[in-house]
Order: sequence, then C-alpha cells, then structure tokens
Amino acid sequence: MVALLTPRRDARPRAVPPAPARRRRHRRRALVGAAYASPTALMVGLFFVLPLLLVGWMSLHRWPLLGVPELNAPENYADLGDNSLLRTATWFTLKYTVVVTVLLFAVSFGLALLVQRRRPGVALFRTAFFLPMAVGFASASLLFLGLLSDEIGPVTRALDALGLVDGYVSWTSGSPNTALASSVALVLWRFAGFNMLILLTGLQAIPLEVYEAARIDGAGRWQTFRRITLPLLRPTIALVLTLMVTGSLLAFDQFWILTRGGPDNSTTSLVMVIYRDAFIRLDLGSAAAISVLLLAVLIVFNVVQLGVLRRRSQ
Amino acid sequence: MSSRDRGYRTTGAALSILFLSPLLWSGWASVRTADGFGLENYQRLFTSDNGIRPHHVLNSLTVCLLTVGGTLVVATLGGYAFGRFRFPGRDLLFLLTLAILMVPYATILIALYVLLGWIGLEDSLLGLSLVLIMFQLPFSVFMMRNSFEAVPRELEESALVDGCTSLTALLRVLLHAVRPGLVTVALFAFLTSWSEFFAPLILLNSTDRFTLPLAVVNMRTASHGSIDYAALEAGVVFMAVPCLLLFLFLQRSYVRGFMSGALKG
Repeated sequence: MVALLTPRRDARPRAVPPAPARRRRHRRRALVGAAYASPTALMVGLFFVLPLLLVGWMSLHRWPLLGVPELNAPENYADLGDNSLLRTATWFTLKYTVVVTVLLFAVSFGLALLVQRRRPGVALFRTAFFLPMAVGFASASLLFLGLLSDEIGPVTRALDALGLVDGYVSWTSGSPNTALASSVALVLWRFAGFNMLILLTGLQAIPLEVYEAARIDGAGRWQTFRRITLPLLRPTIALVLTLMVTGSLLAFDQFWILTRGGPDNSTTSLVMVIYRDAFIRLDLGSAAAISVLLLAVLIVFNVVQLGVLRRRSQ
Repeated sequence: MSSRDRGYRTTGAALSILFLSPLLWSGWASVRTADGFGLENYQRLFTSDNGIRPHHVLNSLTVCLLTVGGTLVVATLGGYAFGRFRFPGRDLLFLLTLAILMVPYATILIALYVLLGWIGLEDSLLGLSLVLIMFQLPFSVFMMRNSFEAVPRELEESALVDGCTSLTALLRVLLHAVRPGLVTVALFAFLTSWSEFFAPLILLNSTDRFTLPLAVVNMRTASHGSIDYAALEAGVVFMAVPCLLLFLFLQRSYVRGFMSGALKG
C-alpha cells in the first residue's frame, strides 16, 4: 500500500497539444489497449467462438471419433427422435430440475433469512452453511457415495436406529427414487450455502429505512415479508433461479459418480447422453447435435430471464 | 434471552451441525480402520492397483499452476485494457467474454476435444489448462476490469509523467493497487482447476495423465464388485483439505469475488 502514497506532483504544468498530435496520441493509445486485450481476444476466439461454430458444423456431419467426417445433414438431428435413452434422459433431467430448483430455493432462502441480521453466532453459522462449497463437486459426490453406503456409511444405521428404515437400504442404486433422492440431498448440501450467500447480498441491499417505514405504518412480520422483502428481492431471486435451472439442466458429476446413471438408466441426465454418444458410441456428430439443441434451449432461457431481470430492476 | 432468540440459536446450531457433519464424518471415516484408527486407508489409497500415484498429484499441481498463472496474466492484461483504454471492438470483445458464462461448457467440450486434437494438444495437461483458463475468463476479466476502474486515475497519470510507459506503470504501480482482485482471481482459478472433473474427463485419455479427481473416481469405476469406500474417503479428504484451508484463510477474497459477480449478474 506504500506505493499508493508515493509523492504526487502538486503542480503539473501541461500544455494542451495541438489537435493532430492529440489525435495521433489517441490512436497510439488505442493500439496499446488493443495489444493488452489481445491475449483475451486470442483465448476467447480460439477456445470459445471457434468451438461454438465447430459444434454446429460437427452436428451436420457423420463424425466418428477416429476417421474422416462426411456431410450427412440433417441425419444427426432426425435420428435423435429414435434415441430412446435421450427421451428418458430428457424427462428425467426436467424432473430433476424441477425438484432441485424448488427444494434448493426453499432451503437457501430459509438459511438466508435465518442469518440475515447481525447477531451473535451469525458469522459462524454462515461459514458452516457455506463450507461444503469449498469442497470440489466431484469430491463431494464421492463423499456422499461413502456416506450413503452400507459398508461404512452411518446414514442407514442412524435411520434404522430411529425405526425409519428396515435393515439394508441401497440408497444410490436401489431404486430410481432413492437414487434421485441421494443426488438431491448431495446437491442441497453442496449448493445451499452458495445460493444463501447470493440471496443474502440481495437482502442486505434493501435499505433499513424501508423496513422502518413499514413498521411505523403498523405492518406485521408476514406483511412486511410479502409486501417489501419479496418484491424488492425479485431480481436476486430471478438470478438464483436462473443459476439453479441452468445448473440442473447440465447436471453430470453427481449422476456419473454417485448413481452411475442407474438403476436401469433411470438417473441418466442429458449431458451423460452427450458423453455416451461421443465417447462410448463414438458418434461425435450425434453428441454435437444434442449439444446444439441443449445450447439453443439454454440461450433462449437465459435471454428470457435476462429480459425479465432487466425489466423488473428498472 | 427471549424465546425467539433461543429458537434462532437452536435452529442455527442444529443446521450448522447438519452441514458440517458430512465433512467431519469423511475425516473420521478416512482414519477409521478395522481395529481402531490409523493411516492404513491412506496407504491403500496410494498403493492399491487402481489407487492414485504421485504423478497424479503432480498432474493436478501442473494444471493448477498453468491455469492460475495463465488466468492471472490474461485477465490482468485484459482487465487493464477494458478498464483503462478505448479501442475498436472493445465492447464486442467484453460481451463475447461474458457470453462464455451463458454457454455452459458441457455443450462445447466435444468441439474442444476435436479442436485440441487438430493443434496437437489432445490428451495433454497444457490443452486442459488452456480450456480451464478460458472458462475462468468471464469472471476474472470482469473482476480485474472492476479492480482497475476502482484505482484513481491520478496514480497512473503520475507514473506516466514520471516517464513510465503504460506497461511499466502497470507492473510497478497498478499491480499493487489491484492486489485484492488478483488474490480473488487466483483463488477461484485454483479451486476450479484443482476440483474440476468434467473437462479433464473429456480431454484426458490416458490414466498417466489423470488429475486427482479423475484418478480417485477411477478407483471406484475400475474396481469390479466391491468398492474400497474407506480409501475413497481418504481420497476425498486428501483432495478437500487444501481447498478448505485456502477457503478458511482467504474467506474474504472468496466472498468478495462472488459478491461482485452475483450483484452484477
């Protein structure tokens, strides 16, 4: 910080240069700026824009993992209709998205309300809720694999002791419902704190005077929440919901590691189908076609959400 | 103490225990052995047939080093350009960089796999790091642009009057001023590259090149029949401890980081 405070000239006599010289300096400065931005431009162009175009191009070709691609449009897209795993995966992913978004939002919002005011212990609680976020998602999935296992996991034994289950339960692979529930529990544990923190920033941005005024007007707690907190929090809520929906539509790690897509492909997500088409069926064209469709859905969804966000916050 | 206060404390404490218990359990399970406690699970983690090897740790460290270094360099220069200069195409490039957030990477990784093959970077840690740097850019460039914009202009101008070029002004004066931003960017780049699973799964083929998360997950996948859960938990702890320590020490940088992202959307 010392460098910040090094001497500043008091008087800086600076003659204003004539117009052509100034223009030349501007042009020079623009060139320097462009030079500083060039690494960003290179990275974005080469590893983002180009692959984006390439995935569209690939979706129009028969593109084996090894071998020469050949044009076959629109076969990749037409064949998707016969892909029965894609159909079940789409339904499952939608169902999962609804379940996770509803539950995760309820839990995160509840936590945010619990820790929104400065009180003794609040910092400790926030850290505790947020700490799972520091563990990588793949590690968290492995953690839950052990936690829910019969061999070393305490969950089954604890529930058995409480009389809620009877003996052996195979949570992650026993039935479609328990497999889904295991993944949902994992996601709630890992992401509730993260979404809580975003909601918390929104809650704290509401000026205290507004609450004060409501109190003076005789508004009760529930009324204040419905008439003040919820409307003023709408942009933040929209943002959190967007993140949750996008994240759930692209779910992969939790199913790949925790449930392996089973039992009987019942927890196979869309991104798992992309992976399977590309690296197990070795058909990159088909994987690209699914990617393009998923991308289109997400872009439309994001644009609509952004529009809502803009309009509401104005 | 009012009853509402007591309710808040009890709920908060109970929920905190609920959220912390999986972490504590994995630590406990990783040292629990057939007869008491010990490091046998860690031993099996590093020696069993499908276990992890020192070169997996080295691979992870290499990817982290390349990603953190690359992200810092690209985002600092980019943030400087966006925060302090006007040049043609500036707004378009900034929007394109932010658009990376809108296009979830699972959907372009297939193309990146093909692309890296074309430029001879298939199955390589460098190729993986380049992709991870690209995915860090929207957040990092945004963060650094805001950091540079927050620095008073006089600071840079006085350096320029002292005869610095814009580059020496950046290196000698401005880098100090944007250090908090740099710490946040580095922290996020490290946490992502250390824990990332999907990108390396697609971009790396040979087990020798695997990063830690791939190697540990591979222990589960490669084992036929019985899974060595205790060794898996040892792997979880081994991967999680550096992240937890960094997070606890740098909690402020972490929170500042995603507040800036969250508020602006």
